[in-house]
Amino acid sequence: METLITGSTEMEQLVLLLSLFALAVFLGVELITKVPPTLHTPLMSGSNAISGITIVGAIVATGSGGEAGVLVQLLGFVAIVLATINVIGGFLVTHRMLSMFKRRG
Amino acid sequence: MNLVIVDLSYLLAALLFVVGIKGLTRPRTAVRGNMLAASGMLIAVLVTLIDRNVISYEVIALGIAVGTLIGVLMAKKVQMTAMPQMVALLNGFGGGASLAVAAASYLAATAGTIGVTETSSVISQTAMAMAILIGAVTLSGSAIAFGKLQEILPGKPMGFSGMKFLNLGLLIVALVAAYHMISTEPGPAVGAFVILVIIALLLGVTLVMPIGGADMPVVIALLNSYSGIAAAAAGFIMGNTVLIVSGALVGASGIILTQIMCVAMNRSLLNVLFGTMAQSSGDLIDADEVYAGKVKSSTPDEVGMLLEDARRVVIVPGFGLAMAQAQHAVRDLADTLESRGVVVEYAIHPVAGRMPGHMNVLLAEAEVAYEQMRTMEQANPTFSKTDVVIVIGANDVTNPMAREDKGSPIYGMPILDVEQAKTVVVVKRSLSPGFAGLPNPLFARDNTLMLFGDGKKAIMDLTTAVNEAA
Repeated sequence: METLITGSTEMEQLVLLLSLFALAVFLGVELITKVPPTLHTPLMSGSNAISGITIVGAIVATGSGGEAGVLVQLLGFVAIVLATINVIGGFLVTHRMLSMFKRRG
Repeated sequence: MNLVIVDLSYLLAALLFVVGIKGLTRPRTAVRGNMLAASGMLIAVLVTLIDRNVISYEVIALGIAVGTLIGVLMAKKVQMTAMPQMVALLNGFGGGASLAVAAASYLAATAGTIGVTETSSVISQTAMAMAILIGAVTLSGSAIAFGKLQEILPGKPMGFSGMKFLNLGLLIVALVAAYHMISTEPGPAVGAFVILVIIALLLGVTLVMPIGGADMPVVIALLNSYSGIAAAAAGFIMGNTVLIVSGALVGASGIILTQIMCVAMNRSLLNVLFGTMAQSSGDLIDADEVYAGKVKSSTPDEVGMLLEDARRVVIVPGFGLAMAQAQHAVRDLADTLESRGVVVEYAIHPVAGRMPGHMNVLLAEAEVAYEQMRTMEQANPTFSKTDVVIVIGANDVTNPMAREDKGSPIYGMPILDVEQAKTVVVVKRSLSPGFAGLPNPLFARDNTLMLFGDGKKAIMDLTTAVNEAA
């Protein structure tokens, strides 16, 4: 992937990404402290599904062509399978759990 | 495809994850939140597929097909009681995926292939080493956690007293290998890469092995966090913003849940990870002394009469309730009582189930309305106004020693103050101790009645008794 801002050095890029990471951690902390205990299990399975975002990395690693070698393709395949299980299994089971939470009446 | 559009789509996906998690802060908006997060994922995947770096699709299509099949089967088949195992597996898969992506990137860099990483810079190599280390620990650690929860492996702590030194040694070897991997050109350092993978996998095993079954909620939450951090590390390899943001969100989520679980057990994370529960030395509390002559056994009819006159009843469920498959029986009893004008609520201790929020899901499955589920903080001030508390399959979380006995190993653990109610009914098979291995003076209190027997049958007998009295 090319650098987002043309002409920026690699170190500047790193600082940018680290800032993004730090801000996202703070945002996550703020959001998740507001999730009630009742929903903690769906939160965990749902966040599992979100961490399946590695599938994006797996697709790039696998799809960049066969010249990278069989082992790379194999690892990419494993990564895609595992990440897809996370995404599909995670979102579906979260949906199943959340659908059970009903209100009175 | 235009790179700006790709990056903007990733931003949109990340925003949808944030809005999705925000939806999870309320039961009413939670289903929609989950769907928003899922649509964010769909956008991220579709945009990546039409990325110009991706030129071959056969392996990708096969991988997605296999993963989808397994994912759908797992999500449809899993029992709600087995949810901790499912989450442990998903944590492990997440870590494994990040490990595989990092390893693939490293080997591609070794082969000098352009595409995965255009530069084999120190930064992306550091990120690879981090993703490999954390991903591998998450993968093997989750496998052990799954084994313990599924009872394939013994739940009791396994290891020896010097285990933490072994772990420290393994970590040092892993870090040295990682340093070698980072500071050397990819080609010659392949040996260090292999050592890092193997040692990190081993470290995951030796870290989780010595942790007992009762502490698994903490371990699952922590591994949840690791799986997020591993994904973020994988994001740093490629400078991929959506991976970094979502990894950070999941990492934060896992850490907070870990913290909540530790507070609920009054233990530090270090104590959970490296110290087994404090052994009460010498002056063990004698169960006979606590119980002798003071435990009153009751019958369903007697308790049924109490319930008939009650205006407010609180049910305290523990994992024993789920083990006895008694959730529906409890709901039936609650319905019966409510039809007679009794107010019924459920008081749920944070560690009542086997993972954060597990008991709430088990009750929701039995169609208990979520407004009736009370947290410890909400429930404790109400016990003094409660006529009957029914404790089912819960033990340590009601033990007054946590509040009163400074020498007790559970001293300081927040508990449900059930004994403030007019009458406490404890449904239990015998007087055997809970996870902490301690006698519970609650059972010997003047206002406590023991209803011995199988949880499900006892509750059904109670429902019958209340109905007959009508």
